[in-house]
Amino acid sequence: MDVLIEYSDLIYEGLQVTLALLIIGLIFGFISAIGVALARLSKYRVIAYPAFLFTSVVRGTPLLVQIYIYYYGLGTLFSQVPGIRGHFLWPYLRDGFWYVAFALIISTAAYLGEIIRGGLLAVPKGEVEAARAYGMTETKALLRVRLPRALYQLAPTLAGETVLLLKSTALASTIAVVDLLGAANQIRSMTFEVYKPLLLVAAIYIIATYLIEVAFAQFEKRIPMKR
Amino acid sequence: MDEAMQLLGFGEGGWGPALLSGTWVTLQISVGAFIVGILIGLLTALAKLYGNPFCQSFARGYTTVCRAVPELLLILLFFYGGSSLINALFDYLGYGYVEVAGLPVAIIVLGLVQGAYASEIFRGSILAVHSGQAEAGSAYGMSQRKVFFRITLPIMAPHALAGLSNLWVNLIKDSALISVIGTNELLYTAKQAGGSTREYLLFFVSVAVIYYLITLISSYLLRKLEIHLRRWQPKH
Repeated sequence: MDVLIEYSDLIYEGLQVTLALLIIGLIFGFISAIGVALARLSKYRVIAYPAFLFTSVVRGTPLLVQIYIYYYGLGTLFSQVPGIRGHFLWPYLRDGFWYVAFALIISTAAYLGEIIRGGLLAVPKGEVEAARAYGMTETKALLRVRLPRALYQLAPTLAGETVLLLKSTALASTIAVVDLLGAANQIRSMTFEVYKPLLLVAAIYIIATYLIEVAFAQFEKRIPMKR
Repeated sequence: MDEAMQLLGFGEGGWGPALLSGTWVTLQISVGAFIVGILIGLLTALAKLYGNPFCQSFARGYTTVCRAVPELLLILLFFYGGSSLINALFDYLGYGYVEVAGLPVAIIVLGLVQGAYASEIFRGSILAVHSGQAEAGSAYGMSQRKVFFRITLPIMAPHALAGLSNLWVNLIKDSALISVIGTNELLYTAKQAGGSTREYLLFFVSVAVIYYLITLISSYLLRKLEIHLRRWQPKH
C-alpha cells in the first residue's frame, strides 16, 4: 500500500486527465451527435448520406486505430508544415491529449448520433403535429418537443454510453498521455509492482462507473412524465 | 501514389504479406475469443439464473467488474497476472521461466473480457422464453430434449443472435487492443510498418479500411442469418 501512497499525486493527476477527457468528450460529442442525428434524418440525400457514411466508418473501425491515425498520421503531417513549430497552436498539436479528445468527440458523435436518431424517430408523430398546429416553427418544435422527448426516453441508454466513454478514455495511455491507466503504467515501470497500481486504478474506474449510474438515475427521476 | 502501392503491395519492400498475415491473426484471435466468450458467457448466465447464492454473486461480480473497467486495463491485468501465475506454477514444478505471449493468451484474455457481455445476452434471451411455452411443449408429451430443440432454442435464437452479432463486431474492434501486449495482429503489424517506413498515415488508414471491410461483411452476413432465424416470428 505504501507504494501507492508514495505515488498518489501521480494517480490524482491521472484521474484529472481522465475526467477532463470524459467531460470534453461528453459535452462536444453530445452536441455533435445531435447534429449527426439530424443530418441522418435529413430529407436531402447530400446531407443524409455523408452522415450515414460517417457513422458507419467510425463505428466499423477500432477506436485505437482512429487514435493512431490522428496522432501518428496527422501528427506527422502537421510537423512537416514549415514554420509550424513557432505557431501558438504548436504545443497543442504536439500533445497527445488533444488527439485523444478529438477521437473521443468523433466517436461519441457517431455512436450517440445513432442512438439519438432512434430516439427522434420514436417521438410520437401526433406530439410534433400538435406543436406545429400551435404555430411553432419547425426549429421551435424540434427544440421544445422532439429533442426533449427523445432525450428523456434515452436517459437509461445515455448512462450506458457515458460509461463506455469513460472506458474509452483509457486508450489515451497508448499514446503516452498520463491518464489513470497511464499513471498506473508509469508506477508499474518505476516500482515493478504489477498488480497494485492496476488494481487500484480498476477500483477507481468501478467507483466512477457507479457514480455515473447514480447521477443518471437522479436525472431520470426529474423527468416530467406520467407514470 | 505509386510509392504507396509499392509499400502496400506484395513486391520487394512491400508490406502486403505482413498485413495479410496480420489480418489472419486478427481473425483467429476474434474467432477464438468469440468461442471462449460464448462458453464463459453461457456458464455465467446459467450461474446467474440457476446457481446457488455463491455462484450467483460471483457471476454478478465478474459481469459488473468487466463492464465497468476499461478493456485495455483488463487485458493488461489478465496478461501480467496470468503470466506471473503461470510462471509461479512452472517455478513450483521446477521448470524455468517461460515467455507467455502469442495467440492463446490473446484469445483467453479477450474471451474473458467479452464473456461478461455474452452472459448478459444469454441471460436476456433465456428469460425471453415464456415458461408457459415450454410447459405447453411438455404437456404435448415432448421430451425435455425435444422441448429444448423445438421450442426453447428457436425462440431464444433470434434474440441471442442479435446480441451476439453486436458482440462479434465489438470483438473485432477490441482485438486491436491486443497489439499493446505485442501479439503480431493487424494493428501491431501496421505499427511496425509505420515505424520502419515513417508512413504512419498510409498504414493506419489501410488497416482501418481492412477492419471496416471485416465488420461490414460480417454484419451483413449476420443480418441475413438473423432474418433466417426470425422467419417463424409474425411480421410487423
